[in-house]
Amino acid sequence: MKVLVPVKRVLDYNVKPRVKADGTGVDLANVKMSMNPFDEIAVEEAIRLKDKGVTEIVVVSIGEQKSQETLRTALAMGADRAILVVSETKVEPLGVAKILAKIVEEEKPDMVILGKQAIDDDNNQTGQMLAGLLNWGQGTFASKVEIADGSVNVTREVDGGAETDTLKLPAIITTDLRLNEPRYASLPNIMKAKSKPMAQKTPADFGVDVTPRLTTLKVVEPAKRSAGIKVADVDALVGKLKEMGVAK
Amino acid sequence: MKTLVWVEHDGQAVKDATLSAVTAASQLGEVHLLIAGQGVDGVAAEAAKIAGVGKVHVADDVAFAHALAENVAPLIVELMATHDAFVAPSTTHGKNIAPRVAALLDVMQISDILSVESEDTFTRPIYAGNAIATVQSSDAKKVITVRGTAFAKAATEGGSGEIEAVASTGDKGLSTFAGSEIAKNERPELTSAKIIVSGGRALASSEQFHATIDPLADKLGAGVGASRAAVDAGYAPNDYQVGQTGKIVAPEVYVAIGISGAIQHLAGMKDSKVIVAINKDEDAPIFQVADIGLVGDLFKIVPELTEKL
Repeated sequence: MKVLVPVKRVLDYNVKPRVKADGTGVDLANVKMSMNPFDEIAVEEAIRLKDKGVTEIVVVSIGEQKSQETLRTALAMGADRAILVVSETKVEPLGVAKILAKIVEEEKPDMVILGKQAIDDDNNQTGQMLAGLLNWGQGTFASKVEIADGSVNVTREVDGGAETDTLKLPAIITTDLRLNEPRYASLPNIMKAKSKPMAQKTPADFGVDVTPRLTTLKVVEPAKRSAGIKVADVDALVGKLKEMGVAK
Repeated sequence: MKTLVWVEHDGQAVKDATLSAVTAASQLGEVHLLIAGQGVDGVAAEAAKIAGVGKVHVADDVAFAHALAENVAPLIVELMATHDAFVAPSTTHGKNIAPRVAALLDVMQISDILSVESEDTFTRPIYAGNAIATVQSSDAKKVITVRGTAFAKAATEGGSGEIEAVASTGDKGLSTFAGSEIAKNERPELTSAKIIVSGGRALASSEQFHATIDPLADKLGAGVGASRAAVDAGYAPNDYQVGQTGKIVAPEVYVAIGISGAIQHLAGMKDSKVIVAINKDEDAPIFQVADIGLVGDLFKIVPELTEKL
């Protein structure tokens, strides 16, 4: 069984995003970049499924040349080979899904496991779009994945609790936070990852037009909340709440 | 512009998130609704009364009973032949279904909008709300999800929508619903509660979380939330989580108890009208956004507060 895992290089989740003064976006110059945390969970899940019938894991990244660092991280975690689709301009989820659909045609995986969203643009779209383009089942926001005979059971985090759906294979899965805790790559594995194969392509190789459909007109910081007052004790707090009409 | 709004329901009643999506859609043009499900006559009758709605499309079939995206998306795509925008609330159903529809229509979705600037221009949060982007869509048809807390709720009375049955597009045979565990909760839902009492890791155990937070929430008629740290530690169930990866809330009053205020938590609650913080660390970041702060031991303060309110 083959699994395809797309990964994205994003601003490290520990770095506070700074909006550029000219309002064109968030400043990504000279800041730490890492694999999107939800994608790390996707890579980890694919590796864990290696005991349960998965024989090959192919990781894909669509983005700038530096995304090969992100792919090397996935290879060091335990993926087998990588495909980098180089685009120095931003590719939207629709374009990413179209390229992935072409890669799926070539690679014929049984499952594609993706992060539910990237923490930069917070779109939460690519997995669902890919499922639509391929006419496959989709198990989004997964907290548990169990492969059965010709199908996969996916427990999903939904409003108010959890839902389990059975999907016919091949299928799409998108990961939520509690699916697993990704491993750190060990030094020997990082060394080994350097010799694992990485193919390089462009969107044009797949005949996909990735012209953006959305234009970002401006990016601003959200309205700031200012700190209020501190009260000394519970009586003062109750008094304040009454004053504000919160308590009677 | 003719919009088609996804009605979020549980088979019995229209969920509040729908009402915010209706308000957003009404800023684009005519509002039509889609109710997909099984045995949804009651929901349809209720939805038809929402102020300002025109047609109410009802697709009643067992294939739609659990709103599986694989079955629902083709239905929406058919209806989109006569509509210009598909608008869904940013609920788990909305987030699951809308991008599949967008791909089938060859449209780039605009996720989680905060405002409608014009027919093709919207604002939306990026980087967990640390930046707000204004985006313009060049697609002929729009697919949009709506952040509920950013739009007022449409009135549930006063409308006289025209109910129209839609033929089922059938079961696509790709997925089946195998079961769900939805927590029974007597308290108001987080995304529509007027008051929320939320607990953090400082509660230190599931027993103490409930023994401390629940009585105060009961007294205030509040919903109960939790920080990710509290959920990860097992003090509170998953669906309590408020924050970037949990629920986005904006109640009139948010009481944060023993929550330090990590950026991911703030992203989920900083639009609350009044924030009250109780924490023993006076340097906790939560105090930078709180309107009223009280520094001290929550295990003493919260019971005293519950008693005095």
